[in-house]
Amino acid sequence: MMELVLTVTAVALALAAAGAIIRIARGPSLLDRVLAADVLLAILGAALCIDMAVNRHLNNLMLVVAVSVIGFIGSVTVARFVADRREQPNEP
Amino acid sequence: MSRQRVSLRQELPLLVWLVIVWGALWQDFSPGNLLLGALLAVAVARLFYLPPVELSGRFNVLKAVPFAVVFLGRVVAASCQVFYLAVAQGPKVTNAVVAVPLRSHSDLMVTATGHVISLIPGSLVVEVDRSTSTLYIHGLNVRNGEDVLKLRKEVRDTEAGLIRIMGTKEELAALKQEVGA
Amino acid sequence: MSPEPNAVDTLIDAVSAVFMVVGALMSLAAAIGLLRFPDLMSRMHAATKPQVLGLFLLLAAVGLQLRTWWVWPVLLVAWIFQLLTVPVSAHMVGRAGYRTKHLHKELLSTDELEAVVVKAAKAARDSEENDGGM
Repeated sequence: MMELVLTVTAVALALAAAGAIIRIARGPSLLDRVLAADVLLAILGAALCIDMAVNRHLNNLMLVVAVSVIGFIGSVTVARFVADRREQPNEP
Repeated sequence: MSRQRVSLRQELPLLVWLVIVWGALWQDFSPGNLLLGALLAVAVARLFYLPPVELSGRFNVLKAVPFAVVFLGRVVAASCQVFYLAVAQGPKVTNAVVAVPLRSHSDLMVTATGHVISLIPGSLVVEVDRSTSTLYIHGLNVRNGEDVLKLRKEVRDTEAGLIRIMGTKEELAALKQEVGA
Repeated sequence: MSPEPNAVDTLIDAVSAVFMVVGALMSLAAAIGLLRFPDLMSRMHAATKPQVLGLFLLLAAVGLQLRTWWVWPVLLVAWIFQLLTVPVSAHMVGRAGYRTKHLHKELLSTDELEAVVVKAAKAARDSEENDGGM
């Protein structure tokens, strides 16, 4: 049964990653790309979780946390930067 | 320059959380490790103190558990709904930005409400007006005035639940009065 | 431990298998949402979703598969980290998106923030930027 589950999840995650990468490539704005990159990181975390569940170990857990923290810091930094750069003409 | 010292009781939730994180990071919940973690937590909290979060001092576990269950249920329902919208409606979806004035003016309650609302798919906090404690929420698939009212009621209900769990006594009394009236 | 370890094992395996498949589908749903929704804000709704429910299901599957009690607090901490960080980054990106006019106005049925923003901008006396930005 685990083989089947692994196949199904692998296909779903691969399609999801492909979709996120298409959005990164196409995304009309920087924020779209950041968002899609965040989703890509979440998909990576999901893949790590599935690996842990199927192979019954816990080695990736801190990697999952690290990945989500990287996604957080990345998107917050870029959002801040975008907001600041666009707002500068407003603020003397 | 001297800051008001926080009492140990006020700091306790933070310390317990730090000890749990310490144990989780080591993946070792033996008493010795937890004791070391507790010592480190106290040292960290003393050396690098931040402005204390003003907790109300009450936490109703009996109300918190059903709230968590309802929250999970709503996350599941809303996730399915967003999935359906993505597949079925796609580019034709209509949204709205709705202003929701909250009852409470404490930073903790506004933050907690905003967090819970953002975690439920389909609604997202765009802007917060701290002076009037108003949340501006972007809602997915909000087509007409009826949906706006529904979204607003949902947010206010979430806030009411949070007040019941950990609001101050004054907020709780005001809420009871409002429900009773 | 239990009277019929094999039956219990099979049940736990089945539940965690369902969790894993649904969790992976949540990621797929996020990607579909990213591709199909028309503007940044509605894409954000799709994007924050797998990180909350999908990760919860996957971590629960890990916990079920490992069958030791001490992993549950570890997994809970990992999940709570997510719960604390996801809304913050979503809010930051959403706020930046709103302010930089990435919003498609024609897709909104109501916008109760716009009046406030316009008023604040008037109060700050930068009318030329305000007029040009729309």
